[in-house]
Amino acid sequence: MLSTLQPPRSLSHLCNKPTTLFLRHTSLKPLSSLSSQPVTDSTLTGQSQSQILSTRDSLLSRQITAAQLAESFLTRLRRTEPHLRSFLHVSDTVLAQARELDEKIQRNEEVGPLAGVLVAVKDNICTAEMPSTAGSRVLEDYTPPYDATAVRKIKELGGIVVGKTNLDEFGMGGTTEGSAFQVTANPWDMTRVPGGSSGGSAAAVSARQSMVSLGSDTGGSVRQPASFCGVVGLKPTYGRVSRFGLMAYASSLDVIGCFGTSVADAGILLHAISGHDRLDATSSKREVPDLASQFVSISLLESKPLKGLKVGLIHETLDDGVDIGVTSAIRTAALHLEELGCSVTEVSLPSFSLGLPAYYVIASSESSSNLSRYDGLRYGNQVASDELNSQYMDSRAKGFGSEVKRRILTGTYALSAGYYDAYYKRAQQVRTIIRKSFKAALDEHDILISPAAPSAAYRIGEKKNDPLAMYAGDIMTVNVNLAGLPALVLPCGFVEGGSAGLPVGLQMIGAAFDEEKLLRVGHIFEQTLQNCRFVPPLIADEDAPF
Amino acid sequence: MASTIFRSFQTHPLLFHPTTLLRRKNVFLYCTLGSAQTQTATQEKVKPQVKVSHLTQNKTLENASKDYEAVIGIETHVQLSTLTKAFCSCPYNYGSQPNTSICPICMGLPGALPILNFKVIESAVKVGLALNCKLALNSKFDRKQYFYADLPKGYQISQFDVPIATGGYIDLDIPVEFGGGHRKFGITRVHMEEDAGKLIHSDDGSYAQESKSNFGFVDLNRAGVPLLEIVSEPDMRNGIEAAEYAAEIQRVVRYLGVSNGNMQEGSLRCDVNVSVRPIGQLQFGTKVEIKNLNSFSAVSRAIDYEISRQVLLHSQGQDKEIVQETRLWEEGAQKTVTMRKKEGLSDYRYFPEPDLPGVFLTQDYVHGIHKSLPELPEMKRRRYEKMGLSMQDILFLANDINVAEFFDTTITKGADAKLAANWIMSDIAAYMKNEELTINEVKLSPQELAELIASIKNGTISGKIGKQILFELLAKGGTVKGLIEEKDLVQIVDPVEIEKMVEKVLSENPKQLDQYRGGKTKLQGFFAGQIMKLSKGKANPGLLNKILLEKLNAKS
Repeated sequence: MLSTLQPPRSLSHLCNKPTTLFLRHTSLKPLSSLSSQPVTDSTLTGQSQSQILSTRDSLLSRQITAAQLAESFLTRLRRTEPHLRSFLHVSDTVLAQARELDEKIQRNEEVGPLAGVLVAVKDNICTAEMPSTAGSRVLEDYTPPYDATAVRKIKELGGIVVGKTNLDEFGMGGTTEGSAFQVTANPWDMTRVPGGSSGGSAAAVSARQSMVSLGSDTGGSVRQPASFCGVVGLKPTYGRVSRFGLMAYASSLDVIGCFGTSVADAGILLHAISGHDRLDATSSKREVPDLASQFVSISLLESKPLKGLKVGLIHETLDDGVDIGVTSAIRTAALHLEELGCSVTEVSLPSFSLGLPAYYVIASSESSSNLSRYDGLRYGNQVASDELNSQYMDSRAKGFGSEVKRRILTGTYALSAGYYDAYYKRAQQVRTIIRKSFKAALDEHDILISPAAPSAAYRIGEKKNDPLAMYAGDIMTVNVNLAGLPALVLPCGFVEGGSAGLPVGLQMIGAAFDEEKLLRVGHIFEQTLQNCRFVPPLIADEDAPF
Repeated sequence: MASTIFRSFQTHPLLFHPTTLLRRKNVFLYCTLGSAQTQTATQEKVKPQVKVSHLTQNKTLENASKDYEAVIGIETHVQLSTLTKAFCSCPYNYGSQPNTSICPICMGLPGALPILNFKVIESAVKVGLALNCKLALNSKFDRKQYFYADLPKGYQISQFDVPIATGGYIDLDIPVEFGGGHRKFGITRVHMEEDAGKLIHSDDGSYAQESKSNFGFVDLNRAGVPLLEIVSEPDMRNGIEAAEYAAEIQRVVRYLGVSNGNMQEGSLRCDVNVSVRPIGQLQFGTKVEIKNLNSFSAVSRAIDYEISRQVLLHSQGQDKEIVQETRLWEEGAQKTVTMRKKEGLSDYRYFPEPDLPGVFLTQDYVHGIHKSLPELPEMKRRRYEKMGLSMQDILFLANDINVAEFFDTTITKGADAKLAANWIMSDIAAYMKNEELTINEVKLSPQELAELIASIKNGTISGKIGKQILFELLAKGGTVKGLIEEKDLVQIVDPVEIEKMVEKVLSENPKQLDQYRGGKTKLQGFFAGQIMKLSKGKANPGLLNKILLEKLNAKS
């Protein structure tokens, strides 16, 4: 299919063919296919199949052992990692943990819902047994004394952390080129960036180096790489997931998010890490609905499963600055939603373009403060000096990369006496306007849709020396962080590029704490998406993914 | 030691080079260390001892002083005695081993977040109400940003533009020996913040650079301990007023039980701002900040020294020499010296703390706390005043909440206020001072003091016996009744019995009797003493003297 990709302007050539959609329902697998997809299936799992659920079924039915499963992932990881460089650290206890789990299963002991699930964790999320560097020299070889709450929860539910993934230093960037240690490649085209800042986590899931992964999203750092790498990326509502253990970039915007090859996996992972945490005063006390078991199989669906759902296509996201291929993929996705029963209308958010400047002022301001602790005194790299001030300066000058310094300087400026009102305060006012306009749009619509990024993955080095161009790439995502809303990105089509085309992600934005709806719509959307296999060419020839 | 603890967190020890410390040496003076003696309320000198400096003795200066007026404002930091720190669950105990009470949160490790201890809010509301402030029902925390080795996050969580309490005042009475009088000083604001760690010197007591060690150490035990900063209006005019203001703040926080208010441990720290202007001028002079004031007496003396210094400069036409700076009080030299000149206003780049939600108080919550407030020092003083006590008594009793409570309980048990005050201020206070005990540590209970006073008043025992019993009670406890019975101390009030004793003594001392009757009336005392001795001190002195006099004069 991919090889026959045509110029994306023409609808009929895109992978989803709304007109034939429902004719094919009857030919789909029985409803059990979702929940009990056997791992011995010799084809790579497509978007709609949950690796987490099938892992559980396969382990409990003794079709495969956790060790075999882990070994197959590690084998693929070893094979692909030299090309991708998505990991900064790979755990050496994965197999041992898997064997321990196998023993438990042998003894018929209770195992958690994430038993045997291989999770990659972005390196700005603290792990007690592995270095956590945030991609920065300033934290080179630093191992925290504790696990982030999200990591602790995953471990408690039986998940196995495979390793720590590459990122733009402290999450600041959109290509993962901003890592102090290595550049990660896009599994769809090794000359292209995986996006960022959670590029390592997106690439790892895309190349099936891990089943799912954790990222962090401050201005789009989960959603944009998800789009670039053709995986599902879920940015939860601010406060849904504890930030304890996430190295702060911009505290009022940061959230931990999830990557998976299916909406179900992203949802199950989110469910595992959600909930109030007494260690994070900004985490919500709101009850977490069951996000994990609502994934209805396609065969149970009615012909118009999303009937009555009001979808708003954000007008401002289809402007001139957006690649035409992306625009047409999104319009096609909108048609697909209509086929599913939604009513799709264009909605205008006049404040949309204000998001970018407001975001860069707020995020930079907060980061200038959050990164003050990296002074080399208590942990991390220290440059010896004979005077305290010069020690600070030398440690920070050598420890931070140029993008981090740029943002610290920007933020320091914005917060300075005499400039505060003009920048920080004004940006907060804009933020309030944005929040209100999203609220109004979401009062009228169930979900809003837009592209996840103005383009598909671009080439390594292409925007490296043009920070403004890179910042502009965040236009689709930053508003959502400013408004604190949940958003789901899922692959919806392709544009030309690479050997097999480049994936394009559709962003669905929901009302605060309504991840449930996003997951339901996303799950139906991906299951009904025809003729699309978002498996990158790097591993497409492989046999069983696990 | 710091390094060992930190290593358990797999981090680098806190190192920086000696010259750093050399340059920053002054900072050490701010955080007093070493063997801390726990200071109690009664031990701490509340009344500042004024020592007149050489400068003020200067005649010309004395004349010049009349033309100038000092303006003084005080920033007080009160360390709250909550069980745990402001934003984590580490306990804080003054004097514990360095870096034994720390966690990822108060160490500022990557990924750690603050969680507010609600006891901090409660304490702040109590203090705000006690200082007659208006409370902000919606306030928030802000970050105050600067780099220093004792500040692990590179910012201090504080409150900036919306402090929890504003616009209050404090009432106090100046001791009679300093001129007396009532004062009301304005309170600008009260806000919550966290303390920083301490830079510490090596074990041999020397500063790191002096011991030629290559390391400086940071103790983060204190990092994150909750503080209230109380800022006064520039309402004070001399050292005594400032010291009394600080003492009143100490009394208030101790009455409220929110802090031990101990200055030597740094639980109560005063930074004062002093400026001088020609009388009649509305504009303030250039203000100088003074730090390192470890007692109220130091507050008073440092301010008076600084006023003299500034007045002298003014009177010599050198007022340009007065620059905005921070000066340190040197206790040894009894003078202030420059610590650092301020290069313009420092920019702390305050912004709202995004890791903490806003602080929202309900009117009900505030009312509830208001109702639970104890009687505060000012209310106590006014009540004592109505009882007819002298201001000296009032200030003594109300100074220490434990003493005041002792006194209050004594009078609720029926004792006469004036008598109770006298007993407490004289013999009991002397005993406490000699034995270095607080009023809560002596064995005497208010109940027994009341009993003692009643026993003297109703004539059961004499005042002299009363005193003996008091010292027994202070040292060993027991009851007045028990001691009287045990030692057979009941006063002899039977005139017949006393008369017998009088006659016995007179008949045994005929020579003296003759002398008395010959005009040497001073001998009455001799007879009285002999009779009292005979009665083993139990004879009622009034009755004894009355009968004695009758007998002495009868046969003349």
